[in-house]
Formats: sequence, C-alpha cells, structure tokens
Amino acid sequence: MKLQVNGSEHVLPEGIDPRTPLLWVLRDLVGLTGTKFGCGAALCGACTVHVADEATRSCVLPIGEVGERPVTTIEGLDPEGEHPLQRAWVELGVSQCGFCQAGQIMSAACLLREIPQPSDDDIDAALGGNICRCGTYTRIRAAIHSAAEAAAKEGDK
Amino acid sequence: MHRRFSRSPGSASLVEGPRGRRDGFVSPGSGSLRASVALPLLAVGLLFASACTEPAPGPSREEEPPAQVSGEDGARAAGLRAYETVYEVLTHPRCMNCHPTGDRPLQHDDSRPHDMNVQRGPDDRGRTGMRCVACHQQTNNDLAHRPPGSSTWRLAPAEQAFQDRSPRQLAAQLLDPAKSHMNVDELIEHVRDDALVGWGWEPGPGRRPVPVSRDDFVAAFRAWSEAGNPIPAEEAQ
Repeated sequence: MKLQVNGSEHVLPEGIDPRTPLLWVLRDLVGLTGTKFGCGAALCGACTVHVADEATRSCVLPIGEVGERPVTTIEGLDPEGEHPLQRAWVELGVSQCGFCQAGQIMSAACLLREIPQPSDDDIDAALGGNICRCGTYTRIRAAIHSAAEAAAKEGDK
Repeated sequence: MHRRFSRSPGSASLVEGPRGRRDGFVSPGSGSLRASVALPLLAVGLLFASACTEPAPGPSREEEPPAQVSGEDGARAAGLRAYETVYEVLTHPRCMNCHPTGDRPLQHDDSRPHDMNVQRGPDDRGRTGMRCVACHQQTNNDLAHRPPGSSTWRLAPAEQAFQDRSPRQLAAQLLDPAKSHMNVDELIEHVRDDALVGWGWEPGPGRRPVPVSRDDFVAAFRAWSEAGNPIPAEEAQ
C-alpha cells in the first residue's frame, strides 16, 4: 500500500491493517508529528489534514480508504511555513497551548481556498468542529480575516 | 415530534398479545369486537413499542384486510395499514436524522441537532471546511461513539424533510414529484436498493437500527402503492 503525503510517495509496511487510522500512519510511520491526536473520535478537530483538498479528520479515516488521494498535513501547507494563515497566526499570537492549532489552520486553509474572503458565519461553519480548550476563537477568527486580506493583497501584486 | 394516526378497525396486530389473553385482545375473526377494545390500548402499545431501545426486526407486518370491510374500502384500509409501517420507518431516527426540517442534520436516537454547528451547505453535503466527509467515511467505524459511514453520506434535500411531518403531510410529500423527485416505482426502488437507505439497518455500534426489516418495509411500501397510495385523514391522533 502506498500513500501520497505532501507530494511524496510513502510505501507502507506490507500487511498493514487497512483499518489503521491515517493519523497513526502519519505520525508513527511517516514521521510527521505536526498533526495531533486529540480525541480519536472526530470530535475535536486536532487531527485535521487535507485529503484531496477536503478537510478531513485523520483519526477516523482508515488508511485503506485513502487510496490514491493526496494527503496534505500542516508540514506540507507551505514548505517554508509562510502560508498567509501561518504568518497571520504568528503576527496575531493566536496560539496559547498550541495543541489544536495545526488542525485549526488546516480547516482554515480549506476554507480560504474555496472562499477567499469568508464571513464570520463562514468561519464559524468551517471551524465549528475544531475545538480549542484555551478559547482562542476570537484570535483565530481575526487571523483568518487577516490572512484573507494578506492573500488578496498578494494576489493584486 | 410527530403524531401517529389511528389504525383502521381490526388492525391491532402490531400490539396484539397472545390469543385469548385477558388484556382484551382476542383472536382473529371478531373484527368489530377487536377494534372496540384494541383501539383504546393502541396508543399505549405504540408508546411501549417506540420506547424499546433494542428492538429486533419484528415479524412480517403484512396483514389480512379487515374481514368485515371489502372492495374499495378494504383496499384503502389495507393501504393505510401498509403506509403506517412506511411512516414508522421514515420517521425513525436512522432515517429522519438525515431528512431534517431546516439546515441542521440531526443525530443520535433522540434526534438532537448535530454537534459542531454542522450545516446543510449548498449541495446537502456540508459547508466548506466542514463537509460530511470530514468525519463520515465510506464505512461505519467499528468502535462506538465514532462517526458512522456510508459511501454516499449526505443530507436529503430540504424539500424531502421527514421531521415534524404528520402522516398525511408526509404521504402527500412523498407523492409529490416536485418534492420527492421520483414516482412511486422509483421510490420503491430507492428504498429497496439505495446504499445509504440500507445503512439504517446496519448503523454500527451504539445506534438503534430501524425496527422493521427492510424487506417488510419495502413490502409495505409496495402494498401502499398497490392500494392506490391512500393518504391518511388529517388529524388522526
């Protein structure tokens, strides 16, 4: 079984249980630990990655269902960590404990790809499943708006 | 959530006890007497049936037409009895939760609004960033409290809501091609063959399956059709 992650192909061990969650594979076999284990039940959003550009909870996605769909993790969002969302996150000091933030950013990136200038309602709908127990929601929302503006300005250049 | 409608005389088999019991249920062949004693107890029986948490697929619910009613009235009565099974299935949480009124899916056996602000979205598959497939995969997760899955997980279109529909309203809605987008034959084919419909009988751990077998459900749908799809009178309680 093979897996496309962040533009690279990974050959998984022969005999791997196809029910193994994608998150286990990413962290333990591929070695990408930016994606976090929060609840293991698709309840918190910490494990969000992109599968074929859709925000997906990797803790409940069996590796056998991924197929040839490309997977993008927080490490692959931008090779230099310079995605507009990542820059906005730093500029506004969004993170507190930081554990949920990779998942928050991945959901936000999916949102901005499809809705470049999202409303607060768009943000609430897209990130309603990404839980932050530090309560950074207002900063998350502000950072998404800031990133959207920055991306628009870059697009104008 | 929804109201049940009265059964036709002599159609108490869903709650009928063993023959000759002292609870008022008597053996077939005495339809009027059976109706007179069974109907007051019917509501209690149905409440009991709906309260069961782990109902096994029950026996076939195809029933004989009432002995004392014949011809057109008998066919209508038989059709209404069949429709009652159809209604029971369609308003069960396993079906109704994805046929909600409004833009929020429902979840769990108490049909509460879906957690996490999940919404319908423009194509009935969620909104950007929170699509159904973010959590619902191709198959059920075999662990409890994980999202269930099916290959075509989605909400039904808004005009096909089952929530808060009376038996009469739901029957009329099903028979309105502008809302169902199918004729009756296509509806029968849909409930017989569709994978997501079939999920209702295999919902994974921690969820009550539809309490009527799929075969009996399809048979009831077909019987309702063969009787001319009679629509229940409004306000039968």
